[in-house]
Amino acid sequence: MRPALPVLTIALLAGCSGETTSRLATAVEITGDEITAPLLGLQGDAARGEAAFAEREQGHCVLCHAVEGLDAEFQGNVGPALTGVGARLSEGQIRLRIADIQPLWPDTLMPSYYRTGGLNQVAPAYAGEPALSAQQIEDLVAYLGQLDGEST
Amino acid sequence: MKAGLALLSAFCLTACGDVVADTKSPPAQPQPLQSGYEFLQPQTQALQDDDFANPGFLWIDRGEALFSTATASGSACSECHTDASLPLAGAAAHYPKIDAESGDLINLEGRINLCRTRHQNEAAFEYESDELLSLTAYVAYLSRGTPISVDIEGAAADWYARGRDYFETRRGQFNLSCTQCHDDNWGKKLRGDTISQGHGTGFPAYRLEWQSLGSLHRRLRDCDAGVRAEPRPYGSDDYLAVELYLAKRAEGLEIETPGVRR
Ligand code: HEC
Ligand code: HEC
Repeated sequence: MRPALPVLTIALLAGCSGETTSRLATAVEITGDEITAPLLGLQGDAARGEAAFAEREQGHCVLCHAVEGLDAEFQGNVGPALTGVGARLSEGQIRLRIADIQPLWPDTLMPSYYRTGGLNQVAPAYAGEPALSAQQIEDLVAYLGQLDGEST
Repeated sequence: MKAGLALLSAFCLTACGDVVADTKSPPAQPQPLQSGYEFLQPQTQALQDDDFANPGFLWIDRGEALFSTATASGSACSECHTDASLPLAGAAAHYPKIDAESGDLINLEGRINLCRTRHQNEAAFEYESDELLSLTAYVAYLSRGTPISVDIEGAAADWYARGRDYFETRRGQFNLSCTQCHDDNWGKKLRGDTISQGHGTGFPAYRLEWQSLGSLHRRLRDCDAGVRAEPRPYGSDDYLAVELYLAKRAEGLEIETPGVRR
């Protein structure tokens, strides 16, 4: 489109000067590819996380991801299977990938579940709200973190 | 997988602005080009294939009847459109197009409504009304098997660019663009659905989920709502523009109205 270059440089400056967390629902410290501290200091619960992963009214992650042994039919394959993901990724890495994966992989289809800023044409019912609460994300981190290929 | 520096630079790239859309060049046509029909379950395909079982024919039959019924204040469509004069076979394959009189882009629904207001002295039908769906489906059905071919030159060029821009722009709480699903991930499973290439060639189509026939704009509203974006109104300029972009992108595929979809 038209004024591409100047706008892009300004954006580059702004985007890379440390304001990287302002688009998330609450202030979050990102270190490398991790959010090491639990969101709002909350404690996750793996059983609730499993429900959030499967249920349409919650994360509905099975739309795109499969987990072997999970009791949910028609699991998607748009995203990678998450069987054993806890052995591959730290909890901090999983937390960042759920909260805001899009900066890591710009073209990804995976939504950023804790993002509220810089979005376009959001339906009023969802505007200003993250797709999942901090508690739901912590529950998901607890659930996925224990999928280490041994306990499940 | 992708670590360290690459990761950091990717970070800067997205934090810093959206990819700039190229709206001039021909559409990135998925290859091989495949209708949504190819991605259906065999039993859904069978429903579309059988003209007696295909529920879309309820609307086509009503459309055919409306087509040859004189309106209170005017004439029947069939008085102007016969096999000899202004025949409609194949016509739907060239929509949306620019209306010479107004200079606006119109789709088939819009064209039918212009005939209502200009030639029949009647009020336009509402979008998704049974009458407009039936007539649109009937007229589209008269082009079943005709390959899509639309004009994107002249006054249509800006519309085409606008449609492409809409198709490539991320939107909604999930921040996804049409391209990401229908150009980059077709063939993959989104829960019970297989993502198709996102062509409009079956519309108006009967969707099992709707338990009804519906327009292409209704389908677009569902896709927008799916990413938690505010859908555009029926008949809006954005959706007309997308419809033109989709038609160009589908060029070579045949009209298959009435399609049956999940
Ligand atoms: C619309 C599709 C979609 C949905 C819905 C989705 N994901 Fe993803 N997810 C992806 C894709 C695609 C990737 C791979 C990233 C890439 O390469 O683009 C991914 C990657 C991930 C990863 C990193 C996996 C790895 O091995 O590095 C995690 C963890 C994850 N998703 C968790 C979730 C959770 C939890 C949810 C629900 C709250 C969810 N996803 C919902 C598409 C999706
Ligand atoms: C998150 C994924 C996703 C996004 C984003 C998306 N769609 Fe879709 N779309 C689907 C799915 C799933 C279907 C139903 C299965 C199919 O036919 O592809 C569908 C169906 C369609 C169809 C009907 C295809 C047929 O043959 O019946 C059209 C047309 C379409 N989409 C266009 C669009 C447009 C235009 C946009 C952007 C405004 C868009 N889609 C955004 C997933 C998506």
